[in-house]
Amino acid sequence: MTIHVKDVEHVAKLARLNLNAEEEQMFTEQLNAILQYAEKLNELNTDDVEPTTHVLHLSNVMREDEVRDSLPIEKVLLNAPDEEDGQIKVPAVLE
Amino acid sequence: MSTSKYETVIGLEVHVELHTKSKIFCGCSTEFGAPANTHTCPICLGHPGVLPVLNRQAVEYAMKAAMALNCTIADVSKFDRKNYFYPDSPKAYQISQYDKPIGENGWIDIEVDGKTKRIGITRLHLEEDAGKLTHVDGGYASLVDFNRVGTPLVEIVSEPDISSPEEARAYLEKLRAIMQYCEVSDVKMEEGSLRCDANISLRPYGQKELGTKAELKNMNSFRGVQRGLEYEQLRQADILDDGGQVVQETRRWDEAQGKTFSMRSKEEAHDYRYFPDPDLVTLHIDEAWKERIRATIPELPDARKARYTSEFNLPSYDAEVITSSKQLADLFEESLKYTKDAKSVANWIMGDLLGYLNSNGLELSDVQITGQGLGEMIGLIEKGTISSKIAKTVFKEMITSGKLPQQIVEEQGLVQISDEGAILAIVNEVIAANPASVEDYKAGKDKAIGFLVGQVMKLSKGKANPGLVNKLLVDALKR
Repeated sequence: MTIHVKDVEHVAKLARLNLNAEEEQMFTEQLNAILQYAEKLNELNTDDVEPTTHVLHLSNVMREDEVRDSLPIEKVLLNAPDEEDGQIKVPAVLE
Repeated sequence: MSTSKYETVIGLEVHVELHTKSKIFCGCSTEFGAPANTHTCPICLGHPGVLPVLNRQAVEYAMKAAMALNCTIADVSKFDRKNYFYPDSPKAYQISQYDKPIGENGWIDIEVDGKTKRIGITRLHLEEDAGKLTHVDGGYASLVDFNRVGTPLVEIVSEPDISSPEEARAYLEKLRAIMQYCEVSDVKMEEGSLRCDANISLRPYGQKELGTKAELKNMNSFRGVQRGLEYEQLRQADILDDGGQVVQETRRWDEAQGKTFSMRSKEEAHDYRYFPDPDLVTLHIDEAWKERIRATIPELPDARKARYTSEFNLPSYDAEVITSSKQLADLFEESLKYTKDAKSVANWIMGDLLGYLNSNGLELSDVQITGQGLGEMIGLIEKGTISSKIAKTVFKEMITSGKLPQQIVEEQGLVQISDEGAILAIVNEVIAANPASVEDYKAGKDKAIGFLVGQVMKLSKGKANPGLVNKLLVDALKR
């Protein structure tokens, strides 16, 4: 698999990153180098290995449906860029 | 303006909030209506380094809902991240399920125009709800309330088996009833615990491939869903009639204007880059767990409806209306502990009760009437203690005060007058006061009797036994 500049442009746009042409070129090369490195894994025979999304042999980790204390509102709003009536105020993003 | 040339194809995506006490991945309360942002914590606010832990009750409600919709329950299920930037999502991704949902391949039966139709259900998956935005400052800023973030939701996706806006509404109403019977959600569209998006396209009859679809959002009532789809059906037919092409896009239904509007979303906005959530481990659902949940599913609307028609001889229509809401069906059955007249109970529920609720915008839980009250009231009519007319007054009083009918009748002196002497006195009074009507009747105008009976009832404040009034009046006029 090879990454092209247009793939980097697409992902950058989705991630809201502003890259110049030089950066796009640099990340394309870096991403390709990473993918090539990961390609090495294809040398292994995985015929008898079931695909997994986790390395941990854990499943069904759950909690009971119990209400716990929430954060005090002052702390919730500490990270807010702006606030109004206990709500976080942000520039409008219209869908 | 014609839709007759085209076949309408509709698929619905319905979101149902599960009424767990706490959120799906943290211990914050899911209570509706709390002050903004007071039910939030580092986990649902998406702070770095926190770990979500799955709420067992949410999984079990989702399993129960999926089973009630005849889905096959997954042996292995997992959670994925759906990535997007929008201020309603503090993590910039929503935890959802991509390729291994809780349930798949289900169906429900709906009834339209007396015909039963089976609508397929593609899948039911579990996910977290987003926050709530309020646009302010003339649309230049938004206020964000994260209380709803992390409320457990199931998304139920139908097959494109729905062929009309009316069927869409019937599907949605049946879905609501099933969720309500299962007691997994409040399913209130006004409070947003039931939400519906629709995909709709048209194609000429006989064409195999589907037409271009539009996705419809913001339909906040059952009526809105039907109206929005009706509008969209006509809009697309107009475009096709003119030889044009329907644009694939998301459109917003505007209830006040009765129109849909393009939302002009950017094309790349829907590249969600799903990937398995590394913070959540796989879910293995074994047969024992499935059976334990299956055992908790109560009698569902279709089964109750069938029982009402066979056991109580109710007409199919009555059974459909009453079983469309669990509370109504429960009231109906409770009433039948106090009277045997099922049809009469059904009539009072469908007529006076639903009429009162609809015209006042209320739900059954907002009023005081009990099954015992309704059943006993019908008993009082049967015994002749009160007339049907008086019963309407009693019924209204039961709705507002919750008192039992016997008490209402005694307190307000509503007992029917069946004493011939007392009624005859009023009859004579009415005859003396209305010589013109009496002449009319004697001249062969039978209608005049109706007026005279009405006068007697009025003078008796509705308490005279109508049968006796009629008999005594006719006798008196013959003299």
